[in-house]
Amino acid sequence: MSMASVHSSTPIPSVTHAAADEGALEKKVAVRKLNFFYGGNRALKDINVSLYTKRVTAFIGPSGCGKSTLLRILNRVYDLYPNQRAEGEVLLDGKNILEPGQDLNLLRARVGMVFQKPTPFPMSIYENIAFGVRLYERPPKAELDGRVEQALRRAALWDEVKDKLAANGLSLSGGQQQRLCIARTVAVKPEVILLDEPCSALDPISTAKIEELIDELKDDYTIAIVTHNMQQAARCSDYTAFMYLGELVEFDTTSKMFTTPTDRRTQDYITGRFG
Amino acid sequence: MTMSEHTIKAFDADLQDLTRVVAEMGGLAERQVVNSIEALDKRDLALAQRVITDDDKVDALQREIEEKSILTIARRQPMAVDLREIVGALRLSNDLERIGDLAKNIAKRVGALDGDFQPQQVMRGVEHMSDLVLNQIKEVLDSFAHRDSAKALAVWRGDEEIDAVNNSLFRELLTYMMEDPRNISYCIHLLFCAKNIERMGDHATNIAETVYYMVEGHALAEERPKGDTTAVTHVPFRN
Repeated sequence: MSMASVHSSTPIPSVTHAAADEGALEKKVAVRKLNFFYGGNRALKDINVSLYTKRVTAFIGPSGCGKSTLLRILNRVYDLYPNQRAEGEVLLDGKNILEPGQDLNLLRARVGMVFQKPTPFPMSIYENIAFGVRLYERPPKAELDGRVEQALRRAALWDEVKDKLAANGLSLSGGQQQRLCIARTVAVKPEVILLDEPCSALDPISTAKIEELIDELKDDYTIAIVTHNMQQAARCSDYTAFMYLGELVEFDTTSKMFTTPTDRRTQDYITGRFG
Repeated sequence: MTMSEHTIKAFDADLQDLTRVVAEMGGLAERQVVNSIEALDKRDLALAQRVITDDDKVDALQREIEEKSILTIARRQPMAVDLREIVGALRLSNDLERIGDLAKNIAKRVGALDGDFQPQQVMRGVEHMSDLVLNQIKEVLDSFAHRDSAKALAVWRGDEEIDAVNNSLFRELLTYMMEDPRNISYCIHLLFCAKNIERMGDHATNIAETVYYMVEGHALAEERPKGDTTAVTHVPFRN
């Protein structure tokens, strides 16, 4: 599969990486001419990129390139902060989520997010998961129990915590906490999962477990992962986007990006020749 | 293509070191071929023996390249062009090792070439072919040293001429054998030598493909022009 790449030093909004093959895959999220501003600072410049349905897309690039910023737009987490605004379109199933009048709680249920540092709530393991579910629905106790178990199983954590569901979520190890956060995200049955450096604070074994989990989750979800670990991007993702200084430099299949990238900057970055 | 340096300088040093050993192995393999042909031409048994002994050095360099490659992959997790450099070095070392073996095979036959029938004309054919192959090997090692895919492509296309010379040599040797059965032993040995030289040419084209892949990032797509027709050559017996 080959795709044309975006590699313009001056961004031309009309240029996308649309190619023949791209049409064959369904786009869960389509970002079009997206600009983002922190106050007067333009952090993203005319970004065009798509997340394909039930595929993993990795965003790589040096610190400050805008990859986490981009992820934070996809479920409008940036709305929680003052002086930040996005221009352009982010189409989730064809509907622009940047338009006013969105139900942001619903949006964040559809587009779940897991952060770099595990962020379990200071409550029991069970409640960590049930809490999110109860925000959107009121299932009977038995069903809720089932949802909690299912989510924990999905996050490959069930066997480790099934006998201590009442224990505090913060009592778990870092890797377990991160899987708890993924379970919490999965429990509300999202359509898209955003992972912002989910393994950067984890040891290699926990990292491997999360990566295995990503591989399983992509059967049901569309996943975007931001990572500084290039090997991780190469291992986990189907597509990779390389960002630099707020621009999307190149987007292609992961196999192409890590073997024969088109843009010199991509090559320099992934081979460790940057700067 | 000139690449900028890695942030980790030791990685550059690793890759340069690998390139250096491949170049050294290439030079040694080339010399083995030159010596084997000279030994054949002059019936120089001492030189032939040296070629046989020196094959160990070629093999040792191949092992060194393998060890360095594996260590670099393990330590640096190379990507893209760096990964191709290392995979390329591994493949090159395999082909060079085979070229060394083929030179040794020729050297081994030097002692068996005796008898009265030794027409210089046939030997000229073998020499001509070996000159062509040596040039191919030299050019392809150059293309490796300069990461020159155009040059590699030229070598890749140049193999056809060697096949043509091999074909005519094959017919010539067949004719000599038909003329007088006493020629058979000598001619058969030369035939094997010619085949060995022709195989060296094939390895040179393999190397050309590897260099092309290292530089361009994709394999040569076209079908290589092949001219070896000895498998179907038939010379009718005239009485």
